[in-house]
Amino acid sequence: MAFTVENLSFAYGAAPVVSGLSFTLEPGLFYGLLGPNGCGKTTLLDLLVRYRKPAQGQIRLCDKPLERYSNRDQARTVALVAQNPEIHFPYRVKDLVMMGRHPYIGRFSSPTVQDLNAVNQAMDLADVTGFAHVPVTELSGGERQRVMFARALAQDTPVLLLDEATSNLDIRHSLSLLDSVRAGVAEQGKTVISVFHDINLAALFCDRLLLMSRGKLHSQGTVEDVLNAETIREVYAVEVLVQDEPFSGSKQVFYRRDGLDPEKEALRP
Amino acid sequence: MATDKPRARTGKGLGFGWLLSGSCLALVFLVMVSAGLGYIRITMADVARAIFSLVSPDSMVSEEIRAVIVDVRLPRILASVLVGAGLAVSGAVFQGILLNPLSDPYTLGISAGAAFGAAVAIVLAPGFSQVSIPLSAFAGASATLFVVIFLAGSGREGRGGLSSSNLILSGIMVSAILAAGISFLKYLADEQVSVIVFWLMGSFTSAAWSHALVLLSVIVPGFVVFFYYARDLNLMTFGERSAGTLGVDTGKITVILLVTASFITAVCVSVSGIIGFVGLLVPHMVRLMAGPDNRKLLPLSLVLGGVLLLAADTVTRAVLPSEIPIGVLTALIGGPVFCYLFKRSHMTKGG
Repeated sequence: MAFTVENLSFAYGAAPVVSGLSFTLEPGLFYGLLGPNGCGKTTLLDLLVRYRKPAQGQIRLCDKPLERYSNRDQARTVALVAQNPEIHFPYRVKDLVMMGRHPYIGRFSSPTVQDLNAVNQAMDLADVTGFAHVPVTELSGGERQRVMFARALAQDTPVLLLDEATSNLDIRHSLSLLDSVRAGVAEQGKTVISVFHDINLAALFCDRLLLMSRGKLHSQGTVEDVLNAETIREVYAVEVLVQDEPFSGSKQVFYRRDGLDPEKEALRP
Repeated sequence: MATDKPRARTGKGLGFGWLLSGSCLALVFLVMVSAGLGYIRITMADVARAIFSLVSPDSMVSEEIRAVIVDVRLPRILASVLVGAGLAVSGAVFQGILLNPLSDPYTLGISAGAAFGAAVAIVLAPGFSQVSIPLSAFAGASATLFVVIFLAGSGREGRGGLSSSNLILSGIMVSAILAAGISFLKYLADEQVSVIVFWLMGSFTSAAWSHALVLLSVIVPGFVVFFYYARDLNLMTFGERSAGTLGVDTGKITVILLVTASFITAVCVSVSGIIGFVGLLVPHMVRLMAGPDNRKLLPLSLVLGGVLLLAADTVTRAVLPSEIPIGVLTALIGGPVFCYLFKRSHMTKGG
C-alpha cells in the first residue's frame, strides 16, 4: 500500500478538521481528492507529509509507520506541490528545480549527472526550460506554479501529492502536466493523490475518487461508482447532471445557474 | 517556446570565486590603509612592519609607531571589521529564516534588548566599567531572544517550528516595551544620560584587543554553523511546509540558526553599541551581485560587512574633522539607500 490511514483525527484547537478518517491507497493509481472548501483536504495532505501531527490515528507510508521515517527518507518517498508557493527570494528557475534533488545530494556534494538529468527532464515536462535562468520572482503565478511542479517532479518520488497544483494553470498546461503525471502512474507504478476543485478534470484523469465532507470521508471508489448527481448533492449541496460524455470519453458534470440546493444549505453549520 | 540552446548562462556579474577573493583583497587593503590614517600618519610600509612585529618581535619599526598601530588602531580596526562581519552575516540568516529580504537583527528586538541591558548597567553602576556594560547588554539581548521565541512559539502545531510572522510581531512588541524602558532609564539617569545616548548611537572608540578576541571566538564558530546549514536555509526560504517535504528538519534548524544569529548580534552590539543597517544593506547588496544562494551569500556578506563597517569607522575616525558616532553615520548613509532599495523592490514586483 502507498498509504494506509487508520482512524485519523486532527483539530485546530477545539474544532475538529479531520475526524476518524480511514482509507488505503494502492500503488499505481491516480487518486482524486474532492470536497468543498474547508472540508479538510489540505489538512489531510499536511498530515500525510508530517507537516502536522495527528491528534489520533496512524498513517503508514509504503507499509512503514510515517513517524519512523527520517526526514530524508520521507522526502525520497513523498513529494508535495503545495497550493500557494511561497517565493521571497529571486532564485533562478533551474536552481529552484535543483532543490527538488536535495534529499539525494550530500551536504557538501555537487549534483551528479543523474541529478542534472532529473532536473532537465522535470523542467521539460513542466515546460519551464525556456526560462531556466530567469529569477523565479519575475514569473507570473501560473509559471511559478509550473516551476514548483517541476521541483516536485525532479524529486522523483514514488508518491506525489498535488494540492490544487493545476489551479492557476491554463488548460493546455493543466492537461499536459496531469498527463505526464498520469504516465508516471501507468508506466512506473507511482501513486498520485491530487486535490481538485474541477470535478470534470478529476473525472478525466483519476482512477479513484475520494470525496470528503466536513472532515470525514463521504465516499470513495472508481469514477464510475462515486460520481453521480446524488453524491455531488450530498457533498456540495448543488444540483448537477452527471452524464457519460462522448467527446471526453468520461463521466462529466453539468451545472446550472439555479442549481443551489436550498434545503441542504440551511442544514450547514 | 523553449529555446534549443538553453545552457548558455545569462551570467550577469562575476563568478563567486572572483567576488570572494576580490572582497578579501579589498578587506586586507582597507585594513592597511585604515591603520595608516589618523592623527599620526603612518606609511603603508611601516604599517606592514608594525603588523609583522606581532609575529617576529625584532622588526625594524620604532616603538612609537608600533604602539600606535598595535595597541591603538588595530584593536579598533579588528573590532569594526568583526562587528560588521557578524552583523551582516547574521542579518543574512535572519532574512532567510524570517522569509523577508527586508528584515535584519533589529527586527527581532535583539538590539533593543542589548540597549536596555546596557542602559540598566549605566544607571545602576554609574562608575561604569568596561565589563559591566557589555555583560549586561549581552544578558539583555539573550533574555529578549528567549521572550521573543517564547511569544512566537506557542500556538504552533506539527513539527513545532516558529512562524516568521509571529517572530516579527513578537519582536516589534518586545522592542516597543524595551524602548519605553530605555526612555524611563534615561529619565532616571541624570548626568549619566549622555553615556546612555552615546552608547545607543554606537561607537568603537573604546575597542580593545579583548573585544576583538571575544568577537572572533563567537563569529568564527557561528559562521561555521551557518555555512553548515546554508543549503537547508535556501530551502527554508520557500516556507516550512515546502522545506519539510524536501527533508529539511525546519523546526530544529530554525532554532539553531536563530539562536546562533542572535548570539552573534548580541555579542556585536555589546561591544559596539547599536549600529543599524549593516545587517540589512550588506546581504541585500550581495544578493544583487551574487544571487540569493546562501552558500555564496553568507561568506560574501561576512567579508563585505567587515569592509563596509571598517570603511565607515575609518571615515568617522580619520577623515571627518571631528568624530561622529558610527551608528549615526551608518543610519545617515544606510537609511536613504535602504529606502531606495525598498521602493525599488516593490516597484519591480508590480505593486
